[in-house]
This record gives sequence, structure tokens and C-alpha cells, in this order.
Amino acid sequence: MSTSQTTTTDHHPALAHQFDSMEQQQDASTFGMWVFLLTEIMMFGGLFTAYLIYRLKYYPAFVAGSTSISVSWGFANTLVLIGSSFTMAMAVWSAQTGRRKGQVWFLIGTMILGAAFLGVKAKEYYDKWDECHIPGHVIGKGFNTWGGCEVKNPKLGNIADEIREKDPKVPEVAAVQIAKQTEIFFSFYFAMTGLHAFHMVIGLGLLTWLLLRAKSGEFGPSYYTPVELGGLYWHFVDIVWIFLFPLLYLISRHQHGA
Amino acid sequence: MSSATTIVKPVMPERHYLNDNYGIRSWLLTKDHKRIAILYLFSITVFFFIGGLFAALIRLHLLTPNGELFQADTYNRLFTMHGVNMIFFFLIPSVPAVIGNFLIPIMVGTKDLAFPKINLLSWYLYIGGATFSLIALVSGGVDTGWTFYAPLSSGYVKSPVIVMAVGILIVGFSSIFTGLNFIVTVHRMRAPGMTWGRLPLFVWANYAASLIMILGTPVIAITLILLALERGFHIGIFDPKLGGDPVLFQHMFWFYSHPAVYIMILPGMGVISEIVTCFSRKRVFGYSFIAFSSIAIAVFGFVVWAHHMFVAGISVYSALVFSLLSYAVAIPSAVKVFNWTATMYKGSVKMDTPMLYAMAFIGLFTIGGLTGLFLAALGLDIHIHDTYFVVAHFHYVMVGGMVTAYLGGLHFWWPKMTGRMYPEAPAKLAALITFIGFNLTFFPQFILGYMGMPRRYWAYPAEFQVLNVLSSAGASVLAVGFILPLLYFAWSLKYGEIAGDNPWQATGLEWETTSPPPTHNFHEIPIVTKEPYAYGEGEEVPVVH
Repeated sequence: MSTSQTTTTDHHPALAHQFDSMEQQQDASTFGMWVFLLTEIMMFGGLFTAYLIYRLKYYPAFVAGSTSISVSWGFANTLVLIGSSFTMAMAVWSAQTGRRKGQVWFLIGTMILGAAFLGVKAKEYYDKWDECHIPGHVIGKGFNTWGGCEVKNPKLGNIADEIREKDPKVPEVAAVQIAKQTEIFFSFYFAMTGLHAFHMVIGLGLLTWLLLRAKSGEFGPSYYTPVELGGLYWHFVDIVWIFLFPLLYLISRHQHGA
Repeated sequence: MSSATTIVKPVMPERHYLNDNYGIRSWLLTKDHKRIAILYLFSITVFFFIGGLFAALIRLHLLTPNGELFQADTYNRLFTMHGVNMIFFFLIPSVPAVIGNFLIPIMVGTKDLAFPKINLLSWYLYIGGATFSLIALVSGGVDTGWTFYAPLSSGYVKSPVIVMAVGILIVGFSSIFTGLNFIVTVHRMRAPGMTWGRLPLFVWANYAASLIMILGTPVIAITLILLALERGFHIGIFDPKLGGDPVLFQHMFWFYSHPAVYIMILPGMGVISEIVTCFSRKRVFGYSFIAFSSIAIAVFGFVVWAHHMFVAGISVYSALVFSLLSYAVAIPSAVKVFNWTATMYKGSVKMDTPMLYAMAFIGLFTIGGLTGLFLAALGLDIHIHDTYFVVAHFHYVMVGGMVTAYLGGLHFWWPKMTGRMYPEAPAKLAALITFIGFNLTFFPQFILGYMGMPRRYWAYPAEFQVLNVLSSAGASVLAVGFILPLLYFAWSLKYGEIAGDNPWQATGLEWETTSPPPTHNFHEIPIVTKEPYAYGEGEEVPVVH
């Protein structure tokens, strides 16, 4: 202990009183972040499990629902998020190597990409509104035409028609039944992307706080833990999307529903 | 305290964590784990007595068979609010957030938990969740039972389910942060020489409970979010009318709530390991077995949840597997009980109050654990499920186990926390009253359940009345046993004998610092060179009075 206490004589201003050294502080903080991310995995895990169970239970409906959402917007958003992970990694690198301007600009870049992601998500949500694909009958005007919602463009959103277009052999009653069940798919679509978007909003809050601290020049080679941990969180949220995108948008593309 | 070893009268240290700072701000903005523990102590005591009040009303109502005191609907709210308050706002935080918060940094030999601000945040989250619980309470209370089974909770009842769910969600995060803090502290903040093999068993037990907190709690969070979404927006997740699956709710609920009973009991087992060793004046028997049995309980705890669902419509094969796995939990639990008993064997057992509680724990937990095996047995469970047998089993483990351990721990570490001794005679009396009252309350319930009285019923056939009256009488005795410590603990703050650093001549780092400890716990960070329970090594045999 005596040796580690001598290192604390050059007391770093960011060293909290309960730690002996900056190394211990960084080590504990990083470990804490990983433990926290573990809890996040369990939380999303519960949701993913429920999704997979219902996918098995209502397989044709999940195929139909999945086919009805726009892959191109989802793909664009995937690129945006991967890009933001890159800028975030660069922000961490800039902090580690003491590039103050780099930190600020890369953090700003990450925030812009994060906001762009949320913008696209909002556009997609709005489309769901237009297509009468908001589940439940509390928000929106009811699910699809039988909920009393008038689809603006009849080509869009009428999942029963889409199913019959793909496979004319499906009887109309069955197609309507499957289309009704897509409501559960959309319940999960909104629950999963909503929880993810909520994490993005928290991430943007964290980035704002990091940006303010980076601007005042707090981070450098001897102290960059907050940027690194903010980065860990940001990458985690990206990875959740990397699982969400195939599960919601891609997985059933080439399946035939009924 | 043996007079042979104390010639000098112990004195209070001049400066300690309680008088380091004064005023309400110094408490509400404190980052000192010891002060946060005291904040928790006050808050959970309030909820213990709120939950206790509901229990008292339930027992009062069940004095007569025809439900003359409350209406059926009110009765539903009473047992729900009893369960919710006791489980989420008392039992889960009890030992970890109060005793664990106070002791873990000291026991591992550091100045504070790894994240003091998050520790304070977790207390504020607790208060936030508690506020929602109180809002739900004053707006009529929830009537779904503490299990919130869907679709009853998501579509049918009219009570404030969402408010309660938000409260539990928030308090869940408080628990996650406590667990996270403990895990990081144990991994990264141990004093030099404090190897894993030298960690006190209390730390091991809390570490195991923390694992469950961080892995289980997020699942109840997402379950409650989905429940609230279904209730609020009528989207189909659990309600079969909307295409959902009610059994999935039970799976997700018990995936957390079964391990959660180990969050509630493991820290209590940790307390017992400390007390039994100290008052037997003997090295703990089978240190590594007790330590690893805690981890084993945490791990097994995650794979037994569906034993709550044997009659919920799960397949008979999965029921068989879950039944078998549930039996496996009995092994590490029995390992602990046998090791405690073996520790006492040929020890010089001293019957101070903490030891009385510890011995009560061992007996009551054994009964609670063995009746758990009845319930894990597939065939028998179909007969006694949802009866008072379950209620009695659960209370033997939770009240006879955890509350007893919590009280034992409070008595044991009270001198460390406050610097003063509690009065021994009334404390022994309270321990005795609690033990008698507890058994009188809950033993008849085993018989009632076995005879077929269902739980949560507002009225019952007249032939069950004698046993119900016994149980209610026991509850009033139990109440006395719980109120007494409140009085003499308060009394001891001013009039209690000065305790000195180590009134029990116990081993462990917490007894090497002053009572109460200084704000930074140690004047100098200790270097650990010994095993944790070096009792009887170069120690005088205490004089028996």
C-alpha cells in the first residue's frame, strides 16, 4: 500500500477520494460500465425473447409485418449508426492522444449522426401512423382498416392485400386473420425500437455533457475515462440496433407468409 | 463484554462519521456509504411498519370466517399492498442497502464504495419509487396481488396498476445500482492482502445477491414496462384477448421474482455466518463451502422459476425439469445450515442477542427450506399450491429467515454503527417474543394450507377459525417483538453504554476501526495478513460469567 500511496502525491484533480490511484479509478469505472451494460443486455434480452416467442407463434403475421416496413430506411439508419460509432471511437482516440479540437468535433459529429438516426426513426414512425399500423386503439385511429382507420394510400399498409398479391392462393379470410395478427408484430416493433430510441436520447444527453467537459479541456492522455465510458455506452446502443435491424427488417424477407 | 479483557472503560472517538458534519444538507447530499446506510435504515423501517400495518389488518380481518371487517375488494388491496411494500421496499433493500452499505467497504478495507454518487442516487431512486408506491396507496391501493398477473392486471382491474409498476421499476434501478456498486467494490477496491479467500462471508453473500440484482432486475423492469404498455395502450403482449400470452408474463415475472427471493435471503445468510462464528468463538467451519454455496444459490436460483407455474399450463416435461432443478437449490442451502451447526459444535457458544436471532434463523430457515421442497415436488405442489401452506413457507423463509437475520445483524453491528450498546435484557426479551410470536402466527398456516384453505381469500369455512385465531393472536405477539427494538434502539442512542471498538471481540476489519468509524473508515488503510475468522488463535478463552 505504501508504494501505491506515494503515487497519489501527484494528485490528479479528477481522482475521487475513494480511489488510491488514477489506474484504480479507471479500472473500477470501466468495470462498472461493463456491469451496467450487462444489465442492459438482460433488459433487452427479455424483450428479444418475447419477440422470438411471438415470432414462432404468429410466424406468417411476423413475416407479413416485417415485409411491410421499409428496408431502405432501416439500412440507411444502420449506416448512420455505424458511422456514429466510428466518430465516437475517434472522439475517444482524440481524448487519449490529447487532441482537444478533435474530441469536440468528433463528439459533435457523433451527436449529429445520432440525431439523424432519430430523425429517420421519427419519419418511419410517422409512416406507420399514415399506414394505420399503430397497435392498440389508444394512440392513432385503430389498427388498419378494421379499426376504423382510413389508409391514405390504399396501396400502403393493407397487409391483407399484400399477402394475397404475393400468394393468390391464400384465401381472403386467412389473409385478414394474418393481417390482424401483425398488430402484435407492430407492438414489438414499437416497444423494441422505442426502447432503443430512448437509449439514443439518453446517449445524446451523455454526449452533450461530455462535449461541455471536452470543450473546457478536461480530457487528455492522463484522464479520458468519461469519454471512453460514454463511447462504450454508445457502441452498446449501436450493437442493439445491429440485432434489431435484421430481427425486425430482414429476417423474413424471402419467406412466404401463409 | 467480558470484564477480563476490558480494564479501561471504552470511550467514544472524538471525530466520527456521525459528527463529522451537521445539518440536513450534510445528510441528504452525503456521499458517505455509512450515512447512506442510515438513510436507508430510516426509510425501510417506515416501509416495514407500513407493510406490517397491512399485515395486522389482514390478520384482524381473518379472525372471523365471514369477513366482517373489510369488503372483499378492500381485502384484495390490503394483501397486495402488504406484499408489494414488504418485498420491494423492505426485504430487497433490507440487509444489502442498510447493513451491506455500511459494512462492505469497511470489510474489504477501503474508504467508500466504488461509486459514492451512484450510491446516493440509488437511495433517491428508492425514495422516488417509494413515492409512487405511496401515491398508489392513497389513490386506493392496487388489488392484483404482488405478482401482478396479466391479464387481470393489464386489462381488468380498475386500481392504479401503472403507478405501482412505475414505482417498482424505479426502485428496481435503485437495487441494480446497489448491486453494481457492491460488485465493482469487491472486485476493485479490496485492501492490500484482502484476497478473495479472505473476504468475510457476509461480503460473499452480498456479492452473490448483487449478481442476482444486476442480472434479474432488468428483466422485471422490461416485464413491467410491457405490462404498463399493454394496460395503457391496449397492445397485445400478455392478454389472450389481444393475441398475447399470459403464461409468458408469468415466465418473465418469475424469471426475476424467483431469484429475487435469493436477493432477499442470501444477505441474511451472510449475517448469520458472521454471527455464528463470532459467538461460537471458533473458526467458521467450511469457509469455502459457505462462500461458494452463496454463488451456487445465485446460479441455481436462475433456473428454477417455473416451479411457481406448475398449474399455469406449462408442459409436464418442463414442469418435471423445473421440479428437479428446484431440488438442487436445497443442496447449497443445506451446506450452509450444516456448516453453521458444525461451527457451533464444540464452540464456546455465547447466548447474546445476535446469537439468539442467529439460532432462531437456523431453525426457522430449516423449516422454511424443507417445506420449500414440498412445494418443489410436482405432485404435492398441485395439491397445496395457492394455499396457506405456500404463505407459511414463504414467511418462514422471509420473516423467520430474512427479518430475523436483519434484526440479528442490526443488534450485532449496532455498536459499530452508533458507538453505543443496546440494552441486553430487553433485547433478549424481544428476540424471544419475536420467536414465539412468529411461530404462533405462521405454524398454524401450514396446517390450514394442508387442510385446503386457499390464500388470498376474504372468507373461509368456519372449521378453519381456531387456527386462524391462533395465527392472528401470534401476529399481535409478533408486533410487540418488532416494536420493542424500535424503542430500545432509540433509547440506546442517548443512554446506551459506550461500546468501544470491538465489544464482541470479533475478528474482521470493521472491528479494527473505531465505533462509530471515521468518515474515511480507517485512519490508515489496513494491510490484511490473516484469514477472516481467526477465532481462538492466540486469544484468551473468554471468561464465562
